[in-house]
Amino acid sequence: MSGSKLRRYHAPVWDEPLIMEMTAPGRRGNVLPDPIEELDPSAALPAAVLRAAAPELPEVAEPDVLRHYLHLSQETMGMVGISLFGTCTMKYNPRVNEQLTARDGVAEIHPDQDDSSIQGLLEIVHRFDLMLRGLSGMDRFVFQPGGGAAAAYTHATVTRAYFADRGELGTRRDIITTSQAHPCNPATAAAAGFNVITLPLEDDGYPSVEALRSVLSERTAALMINNPDDMGIYNPHIKEWVDAVHEVGGLCFYDHANFNGVMGRLRAAELGFDACMFMLHKTFGVPKGGGGPAVGAYGCTDALAPYLPGPLVESTPDGFVRRENPGGVGRVREYLGNVNQVVKAYSWLLAMGGDGIKEAADLSVLANNYMERRLLALPGVTKSLARLTKHRLEMTRFSLEEYTAETGISAVNVQNRMTDFGIDAFWLSHEPWIVPEPFTPEAGETWSLEDIDYWIDVLAHVLEEGRTDPELVRTAPHQQVVGQLDGSTLDDPERWATTWRAYRRKNGLA
Amino acid sequence: MAHPYMPNSTDEAKARMLAVVGVADVDELFEQIPEDHLARTPNGLADGIRSEATLRRHVRSLIDSNDDCVANLSFLGAGLWQHHVPAVVDEIAGRSEFLTPVWGTPSSDLGRNQAWFEYASMLGELLGMEFVGLPVYSWGAAAGNALRMAARMTGRSEVVVPASISPERLAVIRTYCGLPEGNDPITVRLVDFDVTTGTVDVAALGLSADTAAVYLETPNHLGVVETATADIAAACRANGTETVLGVDPISLGLLAAPGDLGADIVVGSTQPLGVHLHAGGGVGGFIATRDEERYAREYPTLQVSIAETVHGERSFGMSLFHQSSYGSREEGNDWTGNSVYLWTVANAVYMALLGPEGFAEVGRTILANARYAARRIGELEGVSVRWPDGFFKEFVVDFGGTGRTVAEINEGLRARHVFGGKDLSADFPDLGESALYCVTEIHTADDIETLTTALREVLA
Repeated sequence: MSGSKLRRYHAPVWDEPLIMEMTAPGRRGNVLPDPIEELDPSAALPAAVLRAAAPELPEVAEPDVLRHYLHLSQETMGMVGISLFGTCTMKYNPRVNEQLTARDGVAEIHPDQDDSSIQGLLEIVHRFDLMLRGLSGMDRFVFQPGGGAAAAYTHATVTRAYFADRGELGTRRDIITTSQAHPCNPATAAAAGFNVITLPLEDDGYPSVEALRSVLSERTAALMINNPDDMGIYNPHIKEWVDAVHEVGGLCFYDHANFNGVMGRLRAAELGFDACMFMLHKTFGVPKGGGGPAVGAYGCTDALAPYLPGPLVESTPDGFVRRENPGGVGRVREYLGNVNQVVKAYSWLLAMGGDGIKEAADLSVLANNYMERRLLALPGVTKSLARLTKHRLEMTRFSLEEYTAETGISAVNVQNRMTDFGIDAFWLSHEPWIVPEPFTPEAGETWSLEDIDYWIDVLAHVLEEGRTDPELVRTAPHQQVVGQLDGSTLDDPERWATTWRAYRRKNGLA
Repeated sequence: MAHPYMPNSTDEAKARMLAVVGVADVDELFEQIPEDHLARTPNGLADGIRSEATLRRHVRSLIDSNDDCVANLSFLGAGLWQHHVPAVVDEIAGRSEFLTPVWGTPSSDLGRNQAWFEYASMLGELLGMEFVGLPVYSWGAAAGNALRMAARMTGRSEVVVPASISPERLAVIRTYCGLPEGNDPITVRLVDFDVTTGTVDVAALGLSADTAAVYLETPNHLGVVETATADIAAACRANGTETVLGVDPISLGLLAAPGDLGADIVVGSTQPLGVHLHAGGGVGGFIATRDEERYAREYPTLQVSIAETVHGERSFGMSLFHQSSYGSREEGNDWTGNSVYLWTVANAVYMALLGPEGFAEVGRTILANARYAARRIGELEGVSVRWPDGFFKEFVVDFGGTGRTVAEINEGLRARHVFGGKDLSADFPDLGESALYCVTEIHTADDIETLTTALREVLA
């Protein structure tokens, strides 16, 4: 137990106006080059296609634009504080990779350039493909999906192409997942035109093999599943699951969103899966950017490779080439994908190496179990499915149900109050919630023991505050950029406003 | 030796944690995983390179071996364009607070949410639209999402797309529209464009009772500004069909706002607004409409709304979250996930820097430069420009009179450090040996001289 001295944190408060409110007529933030020769647009294009009135954009000088957005950056805590946002594996993003990918050899490459001019880039893509094959046992990876959900969608479309090619798409209508799978699995399956079957959890923390068998049939197209799940529970029957799905002719997709705890220990192909997905912006050290640009690296066996979206990168005696994949999905997104992020992941994996990722997985699981020991010592904190006594992997889902019953303080209240001490939001739970008042921290390998202890000490402090001064916690945050959001207008068509012009109209300011 | 990325990779930290957990060996913590699940063979990864200097040297050598669009003179575009990225954009997009986070609370994310709201607000001004979602992966993805919105709204199952569309983008749209044996498939019907003008008109569309949407782009993939957009939008409205319009936002200081042309759903790429090419990693797509419930309730994206705190301070929150896949799994509108939200910040800075005068200037300069380049290229023996009067920043150069293929010409140009326009001969065989050239505000008179000199040499 550490009993950290709590920081006297206060978020920067700039009361920053909207950039649209900073306008002053005539100011310029950027001046464009003169044209090579003057041309009057009205002489070059029909009047009907020309803009009649200038857009109402702000007129702000360059230094003021810079300082405005610097202020906004400071009013964003993120990883500058401590963020143990579970399921997202918040880890360090090496800045050397930002420097490297800002070089013209990545940032100023056009994907329509000839292969001969981008051999270095294609070599990185190919080498990284080989590294992920080594980690997964799969036969080929593509990087076109722009995130984990996009990789799940890729699997749904590859499944579609696979069965269409066999003339079975008309009958292969069902994609099976579990209530603890990420929402992107059922959502992408439905968007690709499949019916979704969601298996509920049973006593062991996962659906039974029997429950799975009861929904398998000649209509089964695929299983889409994560393991371990977001509660840190590993389904030990997963090989039986895969075999059962294969017996009826379905495909099995391993959503490796929670790879961090099992890196180097498990291989999707050896467990029998036909395809898997790694999130490079999560597990492989690529920055999240607040939600992309990301990469969901999608890998599959040779049996599914003919259905992958193109272009595919290959090594030939004449160098690295991109080739189309004529029987495949076509595209799920334009071009090779977020190649800049693939370069960062390649560099990260080189820096970590086989020894490093094994150590990172060990540290992730060790740190989570350390956190669990300390957190469960706090009165009012319980863990999901506490009857399951085996050690959880890189995450544990906790609950404040007892604490909320005692104090009336919710997990969201606690989350808000913790931000007053420089700790950004913990993750609650994806839908549907299995336990009431959930929270899901994930320490990973990035956060020091001191930071982990501080996180726990802040939680302990806030929980105690909720007992002695519940209003203080209920009305939090108090040391943040602004106070608690009143969310009542967000779904009201008379009051929501996703743009300034909508806001002005709805409030009579236009 | 401790790894620099891992603070707890010291013996002391591990020992402390093991002691608290009460196990002797970390392997004991993996007791949930059956023995026969463990990897059977080595994964082939070498030991880590812990020295940043060593790592940087290796990766840099691979990166620097590429020929880029700065050391070479590039005329490639076709959906990903080289524009000037102001230094302040890169400075802000590289800030740790924007670069590395995932999600905080509305209070601790205030700055980022405000930047996102400013992005949507300024883009809305350019588009003449009041409702703007957070971006999706790409222009093609945005078009795919928009067509699916239209299909859900109308209950119809066919969308009409001019054959001038980019094959790359069309492939994405087809994926989003699905296959006939699946649930709710959408049929993509391609219609011919007029080869004398490069544009489409109402008659070409063949609107039917099952047409959910017409997807039109202006300028279109072949560079031409569509001239019948308002007529098409009116005909669509009369037919109960949604007009989905794809635009290049950097054109909108010069070209008419899509809202003024009658578009219902507007999509396009966010990349021109301050994002580098990134070898294709610079793409992003926006979706925008009028602020009407009918549209708003079909968005698959997240969107930031201005709101207030309980104390009356200005704040921001996610509007209509429940209809996303995060909120409703397979019952939500399509699906969402990590997107290109960092670029949204870059886009906001870019639009703020340019302002109304900057957008007017960039539009005029691009138009003037492109027209100048086209004229100079058209002066070459055997070379002509198709539709020389109707384009914005890209134009089709027909090399049919030279007796050479575009592939040969581009190879010759490459040897002279020039990347010629995208070869259209395979995708648009009717256009013969043609290439799509892109000229923007970054190109100079010297650049055009370099290009025409190189072309002259290659064609000699």
